[in-house]
Amino acid sequence: MLTKRIIACLDVTGGRVVKGVKFKNLRDAGDPAECADAHARDGADEIVLLDITATSDDRQIMLDAVSRTARTLFVPLTVGGGIRTIADGAAVFDAGADKIAINSAAVRQPELITEIAMRFGSQAVVVAIDAKRRNSGFEVFVNGGRVPTGRDVIQWARESESRGAGEILLTSMDRDGTRAGFDCELVRAVTQAVSIPVIASGGAGSVSHFVDVFREGQADAALAASIFHFHIESIEHLKRELHAANVPVRWPC
Amino acid sequence: MIAIVDYGAGNLSSVRKAFDHIGAEATIAGQSSIIDAADRIVLPGVGHFSALSALNESGLRDSLLKSIASGKPFLGICLGLQWLFDGSEEAPDLAGAGLFPGRCRQFPAKVKSPHVGWNSLSLSGASESEHSKDRESGPGKSGHERSRLLCHLPSDPFVYFTHSFYAPVTHATSATTDYGLPFSAAVERANIFGVQFHPEKSGAAGLLILKAFCEV
Repeated sequence: MLTKRIIACLDVTGGRVVKGVKFKNLRDAGDPAECADAHARDGADEIVLLDITATSDDRQIMLDAVSRTARTLFVPLTVGGGIRTIADGAAVFDAGADKIAINSAAVRQPELITEIAMRFGSQAVVVAIDAKRRNSGFEVFVNGGRVPTGRDVIQWARESESRGAGEILLTSMDRDGTRAGFDCELVRAVTQAVSIPVIASGGAGSVSHFVDVFREGQADAALAASIFHFHIESIEHLKRELHAANVPVRWPC
Repeated sequence: MIAIVDYGAGNLSSVRKAFDHIGAEATIAGQSSIIDAADRIVLPGVGHFSALSALNESGLRDSLLKSIASGKPFLGICLGLQWLFDGSEEAPDLAGAGLFPGRCRQFPAKVKSPHVGWNSLSLSGASESEHSKDRESGPGKSGHERSRLLCHLPSDPFVYFTHSFYAPVTHATSATTDYGLPFSAAVERANIFGVQFHPEKSGAAGLLILKAFCEV
């Protein structure tokens, strides 16, 4: 049976892993290669590296972090942040990424999704969507959650799929870093709207939140950062509990 | 020396890194001369079946078929497994190697496509209970014991898949996986091996498979 994936996310800036609350108040959480390796040994099914500042100055530092991380990592590695062109994407793949996540650039030039999918395959393209609740639904934000776009999340997820995305990484900005639980309503709305896998992100704080997002949200994968970095929850313990709750997970691994 | 065939499709360096990690010498090669000189051949690849047309255009197809016929161990990964079959609905005009019968097809609409993530292998030839009996009583006759590629794996191993098309189950299938229907997750006949999943991305289980390939 296809298992539900537990993905450890490393937010990286200046070559260091950091973690904030609602995209702000960053705290240092370690070296990317060491963190990725520790999470993989603990049972993470995938690792995501997100370059959260992604200025051109940081580009080389990020590529170094990617290649150091990829060298001894034998689970899938997704890299995102600041990928604006197919050349940016190619450099990240060359450094050892298996998939790239595109966010702001995909909103600005949706044809980038198709270009990367044509060259590297749809399985290599993850469209990351930062979603915020609005009166009548969910709105897409870009630039690390700083800029509203007026776009509807469901529509954008559907368009991303039709343009060639292989997965959607869906982050609830309202829940990010709060440990108050995933936004299952948001996740379910997107999983029902598309036929590609959806990775739920934002709000993980306890085992029951993961059970909820897999059952109620129908997520294919769930991503978390702070609860793993700061050892609030170990992936090993999380997976054992999910297994006991009859959620199919890769365990033992 | 292991030649990892470079035909412009997929993340070859991750396959090489995995062989490096287990201490096997592997080189990424796009020329027939290097492939001809290698002891073992790995044909990786992700993406669209049509990417395999590069093998025909570059003349690598003939080198690969010649090497396989000579008895050299060959491992196809993902698209590389699909190439071993007659062809794929994904690119109907492009012939595969035709070493295993059948064509690759798209997953049924009832399941999400692509099939992405960690799924379990059912090792062919015996039920789970027969597997455990065989292990207790020494070398047995189950598919698990017969497969030279999968012989080091624990029971019900999880491996990482990412694909939209699948190869049918044949007499050469050494492991199946269920995703809407059972398909060939691994095939094996004499010196010819193929895996639909990515051993280089399948953690410890994947490294055991690559190690077994180095030892056949």
